[in-house]
Amino acid sequence: MTAPITLITGTRKGIGQFLAEHYLQQGHQVIGCSRTAPDWQHENYTHFLLDVTDENAARQMFADVRRRFGGIDNLINNAGIAAMNHSLLTPIATVKQVLETNVVGTFLFCREGAKLMQPRRKGCIVNFSTVAVPLNLEGESVYVASKAAVEGLTRVLAREFAPLGITVNAIGPVPIETDLIRGVPANKIDQLIARQAIPRLGTPEDVAHVADFFINPASNFITGQIIYLGGVN
Amino acid sequence: MKEQIINIILETLDEMSKSGEFTYETETLNADTPLYGGTEGTLDSLGLVKLIVAVEQGIQDQFNTTVALADQKALSQTRTPFRNVNTLADHAVHMIGLETQ
Repeated sequence: MTAPITLITGTRKGIGQFLAEHYLQQGHQVIGCSRTAPDWQHENYTHFLLDVTDENAARQMFADVRRRFGGIDNLINNAGIAAMNHSLLTPIATVKQVLETNVVGTFLFCREGAKLMQPRRKGCIVNFSTVAVPLNLEGESVYVASKAAVEGLTRVLAREFAPLGITVNAIGPVPIETDLIRGVPANKIDQLIARQAIPRLGTPEDVAHVADFFINPASNFITGQIIYLGGVN
Repeated sequence: MKEQIINIILETLDEMSKSGEFTYETETLNADTPLYGGTEGTLDSLGLVKLIVAVEQGIQDQFNTTVALADQKALSQTRTPFRNVNTLADHAVHMIGLETQ
């Protein structure tokens, strides 16, 4: 059996790096990307330098992946940015930046990834939402709006891609110790965690477990689903 | 270039017909084979999507250029460029020209 080919965005650090190393340990051929080079490498890991919102760069990357690997089995759209501020203090430049990376980037990679999956009539796409969506978290209006859009994309693409044999699901993590929440005051994080059924920070392992479930071949009847961590719904 | 693109389209259609995703009335696949729309086109919308993706990838392989064949303008034209092999090839040549300008 050939090794699964798994493409993960935002692999330079944080959860993206963790997921890349997680699937490398499981014998996957992993392809990653980020705007700047990672400080780690692996013999079965290929890195592309690009911004996930750059359509031409993304199309070139997928063309290169198709030439080198023939296609992909799994796509994990981890790359994302957050903006945490009161709406009255949020510049439109920030709004556009968050929507570009989280919504446009996710759509672009879903579109190009599905093109590489569909000839084999199988594939799994895993997107990233957040518990901030169902919690309607104040102070994160733009981030929540962008991730609500990702959830909408996930549900619609699940239907569009189902005839191609491709599943599309999303993970909604709780706060995890990464750069994404570094600037958030501790009391805000505590208040958020208190709203979870299981009140603790998440771990990269929690996220990997849900991703494992979604890309497991036995999950081929599960699509268009959003799984939140921590008992949030 | 157009001949090469016609060959890409015909090869794709041949593969799709073998897997039951495309049927054609003519004796052989040729430049006049109807694709989509009108009374003669046999491709459904998903079949058209698969054909376009495969042709885009074939163009990528042969001409080393990425091209989007189904932009908003193409989809909104009264006379669809996807109606037969020949019109699709003409459209592809046009789009490659725009891409490489």
